[in-house]
Amino acid sequence: MWRIRAFEERVGQLTRANEVHGLVHLSAGQEAIAVGVCSQLRDDDAVYSGHRAHGHAIAKGAPLGRVMAELMGREAGLCRGLGGSMHLVDAGHGFLGATGVVGGNVPLALGSALAARLQGSDAVAVVFFGDGAVQGGIFVESVNLAALWRLPAVLVCENNGFAEFTPRSAHTTVERVSDVVAPWEIERETVDGNDVLAVRETFGRFLARARAGRGPFLLECLTHRLGGHYEGDPQLYRQALEAEEWQELDPILRLQRRLGHGGFEHEARAEVEEAVEFARASRFPSPELAAGLVYA
Amino acid sequence: MARELPYIAAIAEAIREEMERDETVLYFGQNIATSENDPFLQAFGSDRVRVTPISETAEIGMAVGAAFAGFRPVVQLYMAEFMLVAMDQVVNEAPRFHYMTAGQVKVPIVLQAGYGFTAGWAGQHTGTIYGMFMGVPGLKVAVPATPADAKGLMTASIRDDNPVVFFHHYLLTLEHGDVPEGEHVVPLGRANVVREGDDVTIVGIGHMVGRALAAAEQLAGDGVSAEVIDPRCLAPLDTETILASVAKTGRLVVVDQSTRHGSAAAVIAAEVASEGFSSLKAPVQLVCALDATIPYSEPMEAYLIPDAPKVVAAVQQVLGEAPVPA
Repeated sequence: MWRIRAFEERVGQLTRANEVHGLVHLSAGQEAIAVGVCSQLRDDDAVYSGHRAHGHAIAKGAPLGRVMAELMGREAGLCRGLGGSMHLVDAGHGFLGATGVVGGNVPLALGSALAARLQGSDAVAVVFFGDGAVQGGIFVESVNLAALWRLPAVLVCENNGFAEFTPRSAHTTVERVSDVVAPWEIERETVDGNDVLAVRETFGRFLARARAGRGPFLLECLTHRLGGHYEGDPQLYRQALEAEEWQELDPILRLQRRLGHGGFEHEARAEVEEAVEFARASRFPSPELAAGLVYA
Repeated sequence: MARELPYIAAIAEAIREEMERDETVLYFGQNIATSENDPFLQAFGSDRVRVTPISETAEIGMAVGAAFAGFRPVVQLYMAEFMLVAMDQVVNEAPRFHYMTAGQVKVPIVLQAGYGFTAGWAGQHTGTIYGMFMGVPGLKVAVPATPADAKGLMTASIRDDNPVVFFHHYLLTLEHGDVPEGEHVVPLGRANVVREGDDVTIVGIGHMVGRALAAAEQLAGDGVSAEVIDPRCLAPLDTETILASVAKTGRLVVVDQSTRHGSAAAVIAAEVASEGFSSLKAPVQLVCALDATIPYSEPMEAYLIPDAPKVVAAVQQVLGEAPVPA
C-alpha cells in the first residue's frame, strides 16, 4: 500500500512540475482495495481497471519504473508512451486494461472470463470500476450476461461516494451498489474498503469459488478518494476531511495500528525514486512510432 | 471448383469453414441459433456458438475481451445500425487496444453488419453507414459486392489480427454467383477492376457495383468505354488501383449508397483530387444518396438513392456531354 501511496504522491508532484504532462487520476486513499484484491491473483488472472488505474497496475505486478516511464511518455513505458495514465496495460502480468471510458471495461473482463472457461483454465477475471459506472447501461448489460452465462468474474466496485465531481446522491436513489445487482441473485458483499484485511478476506472467498468455476460475484468496497477527480482538481464541490478524521480512515495507518508496525514507507519512497530515475533515463519514443502500430 | 451460391450462404460458408479449421473462432449473436437443429450449433456446440441477449455493448465488449485471450469471435449484428448503440466498444475500445498497448494485445474480431436495406425498412434500418467507420484508425472495413467476394473477404476478416467491420448489403442477400469451393481468401485492401475501359473510371461501393456495371453496359451501347472498380475494402483503401485507373481514363465517377457528406465516395474523391489531379480531365462526380434519412414510401425511397440512370448522367457530365445542372 505504501508503494502505491508513495507513487501517487510523487506523480502528483511530477504533474505539478510538468514532468508528467497528461491527465492523471490518482488513487491515494483507495490502496487497500487494489492490494487486498490483486495480492491474491496470478499472472494469468485478468485484471481490468478504469481511468484511476495506477494502483491496480502496481498491485498486479507492473514494474514501478515502467509505469512511471509511461506517465512521463517515455520509450521504456509499459505502452511505449502510446497509452499513458488512462490506458496502462501490462499483459505479461495480466493487467489487461485500463480504459478511459467509464464502464467500458466491464464487458471486456467478461470476455476474459469466458476465454478462461473455454480454455479449461481456472483463471478468473476481475474488473475494478467506480460507483459512477453502475448507472450506465453497459453495467446492466454486462451483469445480466455474466449472470446468464455464470462467468468466473469478480466485479469490484470502488465506491468512493463521488462519481467524478458529484456525489452518489445526485446520480441515483440506490445507495448500495450491491443492491443494484440484487435481481440476478449474484453473490455480493459490501465491505469497508479502507480495511485491507476485510477486502482480502471477502475477495478471497469469492476468488476461491470463481476458481472452482462459479460466478459472477460483486464486491463493493466503501472507500474515500483522498484527492480530487484528477490531479489539479480544485474540488470546489466537497470539503476536505479534517486531518484527524483522515487518520482514522487511512487504510495504511489503520493496518499499521493493527499490526503495531511502522510500515514500509521509507522503502517504498526509495523504490519510487528509483522508478523516477529509471523513467527520466529513458528517452522519448521516436515520433514515427505514432504512425506505426495502427494495425496488428 | 466453383458453384452458384447466394451471397448470404457464401458468408455462412466462410464462417463455417473457418470454425472447422480453427477452434478459436467463435460465433456470437442475437437469434443466431433459434433451435437445437441449427447447423452451426450442431456442428460446433453452444460453447462456440453463443446466443446473446439484445445487449450489443456487452456482446461486442465481451468479444473484444475474448479476442485479447486469443479467440477470434465473429459477432453477427444483423443490422449495421445496431452497432450504433455500442459505439464505445466498436470505435473506442476494439480498434484502440493494439495501438494503445504498443502491440501487447491484438483484437481479431469480426463485426458482421447488414446495411442499406432499402426495401421499405424506412429510417432506422436502411442506413449505409460504412463511411463512419473507415476513418477510425485500427478498424478495417470490408464491403463485398458479390457472393465470391463475400466468402473471400469474410475468410480474410476472420484470419485478420485486427477488428474488421464486415458490411453486407441486405438487397444482395439472395443474389447468386459463382463461389469457389474450399479455401477462398480475398485479401483486405485490394480493389478489383471488374470491367476494363478507357474513357471513364466508375468506382462503385458494395451494392452500387451492380448499378455501376449496369450503367457501364448502357454506356457501351453509346460507344463509351467505362472501367468499373470495386474497392471491396474501404479501410485500408486501395487508392493505388483507383489512381492507376484514373491515370488511364482521366475521369472519375464514384457511386455510393451513403449520404454524400462524410461518405466513402467523398474520401475517394479527395484522394484522387489530391494524388491524381494532373490526370483529371474533368471534375470528379459523386453519385450518392441525397443527404436525407431513407423514407418509407417506395417512390421516395427510389428517388433518394443512386441508380443506373443517375450514374449514366454523371458519366455524361464528366465526358462533357451533358450540361452542368443548375
